[in-house]
Amino acid sequence: MSDSVETAAVAAPMPVGQSGTVVRSTVIRRLLKNPLGIASLVILGSIAVLAVLAPVLAPFGENFANITKTLAAPDSVNILGTDSAGRDTWSRLLFGAQLTLLSALLCAGVAIAIGLPAGLIAGYYGGKFEGVSNWVVSILMSLPGLIVLLTIRAAFGPSVWISMIAFGVLISPSYFRLTRTAVQSVRNELYVDAARVSGLSDLSIIARHIFSVVRAPIIIQTAAIAGVAIAIQSGLEFLGLGDPTRATWGVMLSEGFKNVYLTPTLLLWPALAMALTIGGLVLLGNAIRDALEDGEKIRHRRQRTPVAGTSAERTTAERAKARQARKTVAAVDIGTEHHLVKVTHLGVGYPQADGSVKKVVDDVSFHVDRGEILGIVGESGSGKSQTAFSILGLLPDNARIVAGSIQFDGNYTVAPGEDRVNQDRLSRLRGKRISYIPQEPMSNLDPAFTIGYQLVTPMVRVLGITKAEARKRALKLLADVGIANPERTFQAYPHEVSGGMAQRVLIAGAISCEPDLVIADEPTTALDVTVQADVLDLLRELQQRLNIGVILVTHNFGVVADLCDRVVVMQNGRLVEEGTVREILRSPKEKYTQTLLGSMLEGKTPMTMLVSPPEGPVSHESGSTAPAGQDAAAEKEPVA
Amino acid sequence: MIRFIAKRLGSGLVVLFVVSALTFVLLYTSSGSIARNILGDQATPEQVALKEQELGLDQPLVTRYFAWLGDALSGNLSASWFTSEPVANSLATRIPVTMTMVFAAMILIAVCATLIGVAAAVKRGWVDRVVQVGAIVGDSIPGYVIGVLLVTVLAIQLGFFPATSTISPGVGPEAWVYSMTLPVIALLINGVTGGAQQIRSAVIKQLERDYVRTLRSRGITEREILFKHVLRSAAPAGLTVLSLQLIGMLGGVVIIEQIFALPGMGPLAVTATAQTDLPVVMGVVMYTVVVVIVVNLLVDILNGWLNPKVRVS
Repeated sequence: MSDSVETAAVAAPMPVGQSGTVVRSTVIRRLLKNPLGIASLVILGSIAVLAVLAPVLAPFGENFANITKTLAAPDSVNILGTDSAGRDTWSRLLFGAQLTLLSALLCAGVAIAIGLPAGLIAGYYGGKFEGVSNWVVSILMSLPGLIVLLTIRAAFGPSVWISMIAFGVLISPSYFRLTRTAVQSVRNELYVDAARVSGLSDLSIIARHIFSVVRAPIIIQTAAIAGVAIAIQSGLEFLGLGDPTRATWGVMLSEGFKNVYLTPTLLLWPALAMALTIGGLVLLGNAIRDALEDGEKIRHRRQRTPVAGTSAERTTAERAKARQARKTVAAVDIGTEHHLVKVTHLGVGYPQADGSVKKVVDDVSFHVDRGEILGIVGESGSGKSQTAFSILGLLPDNARIVAGSIQFDGNYTVAPGEDRVNQDRLSRLRGKRISYIPQEPMSNLDPAFTIGYQLVTPMVRVLGITKAEARKRALKLLADVGIANPERTFQAYPHEVSGGMAQRVLIAGAISCEPDLVIADEPTTALDVTVQADVLDLLRELQQRLNIGVILVTHNFGVVADLCDRVVVMQNGRLVEEGTVREILRSPKEKYTQTLLGSMLEGKTPMTMLVSPPEGPVSHESGSTAPAGQDAAAEKEPVA
Repeated sequence: MIRFIAKRLGSGLVVLFVVSALTFVLLYTSSGSIARNILGDQATPEQVALKEQELGLDQPLVTRYFAWLGDALSGNLSASWFTSEPVANSLATRIPVTMTMVFAAMILIAVCATLIGVAAAVKRGWVDRVVQVGAIVGDSIPGYVIGVLLVTVLAIQLGFFPATSTISPGVGPEAWVYSMTLPVIALLINGVTGGAQQIRSAVIKQLERDYVRTLRSRGITEREILFKHVLRSAAPAGLTVLSLQLIGMLGGVVIIEQIFALPGMGPLAVTATAQTDLPVVMGVVMYTVVVVIVVNLLVDILNGWLNPKVRVS
């Protein structure tokens, strides 16, 4: 039973960095807007009122027995009937509610009193205290609650309060872990550092900044724990191990079960009371979580997402035919209207909760030919990656094509008027004719499989060759991308190689099936400066040798100057300038391009070329990216 | 890998030692006059003193614990104070009943929760909504309440199953299946609803990982990505969920066995608790801790097998 509690703790969100009453009032408002939130509050509120007023509302005492009227059906005196001792079911249900709610509160109170301070200390100071507490927690977590409570009962006798205090101790790790994780995540936040520097004591930092972070998750957690406490408390009572002088829902359920042949309705009432109370708590927890998470929730239109199996494997015959067809396609001459990729007035958007569509790419047109490297340049948020992913057909599920079309080798992958990428057509192209080099090398390899496996499988699938052949090719590819010991890398797991090597592996994977187009999304951004130049050299060399088209997405004009033939510049989802590298670098027409270039070439090291703060993991790297690119650019294109 | 297992086994033994010592001290210092409890109110002080001597209660607590530990290590968990049956014997006859149910329920939970959870993660839509609602309903109704309702409706009202078990030593497997169907259903419903929800989120989390996009870009089919890569990466999270459920079930099964009058660990534990039959209570706690340690060890080994990073270090 303790399992559901732990998972609730893990699932609870943490509104890091929010402070104070603003958050609270909006959360409460959202909670009240949610029908489930209102329903749960009404249910729990009514039960609480009934419990508090039990002595007034109950027509009989909790143990008052009328032995002349046992197992009676409901009538005007006993509105829910009586049990086998002639006690009034309705009265006992009310007194049971009182005891049940109080014991749940006691249990949660004890658990918070232990778990919260311990979690704060362990999270804030770490060290030995954290080590010891983690060990204690791992023991407490591995004991089934009911077995511990049986032991406590054997030691201390039947008492609701003792068993609930014990269960509170037993379940306190869920608060401990919740608090520790939350505190650890904010401990090193800047505003906490600032508070520390400005001379606030640890105690007031914890009280002011850190406590506000854990408050909401703790409320969610308490709803879950109260439910579990009620369930386990009633379970003990049901087993007949509780205090026999008290009316509880567990005892009533047990009483009803004993008389199930005579009056089966007797067990219905306590079961219903339990389900309503615990259900109310579960719903309340969910509603609070939803209210916290709400913010920018995107309304999902009811549309089928690509389902496993729809892009099912083709038969070997079809595969062979496709290969044949591919050979017969004539090479496209540069300069004709038959481009390798043609993007026309493309728009990409995300539907928002209020029904509007947030456009991230708007009216973008460009083309790429075979043997050509096109750079798409822009700062983060300019829509360059979204454009690249729409060519690959790998946009997130909730993205929509809102305008325009995309053609690959003359065929539409997004036809005019379609609002999603055509996965049927693209799944035939991906891996085989269009491939992808990602930005962050490590996270783009599956950690559970060897590098060799991840190279061989696509070749077996796409090219239809045997595993042995694919293995031979993979080893040659690894050597081609400049890996000194291909055999060893082939057998290695991703975590056993460096970031630079992993990126070479990904490049090898991208060219393994001899694609016509490679889309490289910031392929050097996550790499060390020394490795970046090598990887760029490798890309250029491969592109020239294989005569493939490349779309290079980057924020770095140094990389552009080094590799690209033509450039498109994007800003806020729109295409602001287009031209050959020479034109753009020599005489940028648009002010934005000038700004980008200016921040690139005139600044002093270290710097980033981004106009606005970069986002995500890129931020560590962008500072070091600029100097290398700057050198490269300076060598190739001396600026007037 | 061997060193890894040895280390986990070692820490498991430490936990076993600590829990046994704590439980022993807790039970024997808090239970009042044990001998008087056993003999009843009419016993003379001399009889009580004699009984205490007989049970070794006149010895210091530490001496008694290490005597118990020494016996336990040689497989002797001492005998019940009330029935004089050796605790090890009672456990041996009852553990198979309980473990059969627990494992049957766990296997079904693993299969159903995985299928439903994966379907919800991949298809979303109505399957997903059913899983979400199911998780809330499952969380709201304790397993033993489900058990009580199942007996009332399916056994007593409709007569499809026996209300109480027909298991006794020597009966055939069909009697076991017949008797255990309802208890296993009662045990697994919460597990399936909760597990499906957890596995759903684990799978969704994996589907959003970068490498999944790269695999798609390489022309690997959705089916292969899901079954070979995503499920494998989501498995550790799923295993943790299932192991926590199994541990919880060791408690839940006590009540279920009581409802269905099954001759497993449940009735033994409940009777011993009510009578303050401390040797039996100690035995029940030890059995539980051993099962927990073995389950956690198995999960660790499986995780090591699934995750090459753990395997190497």
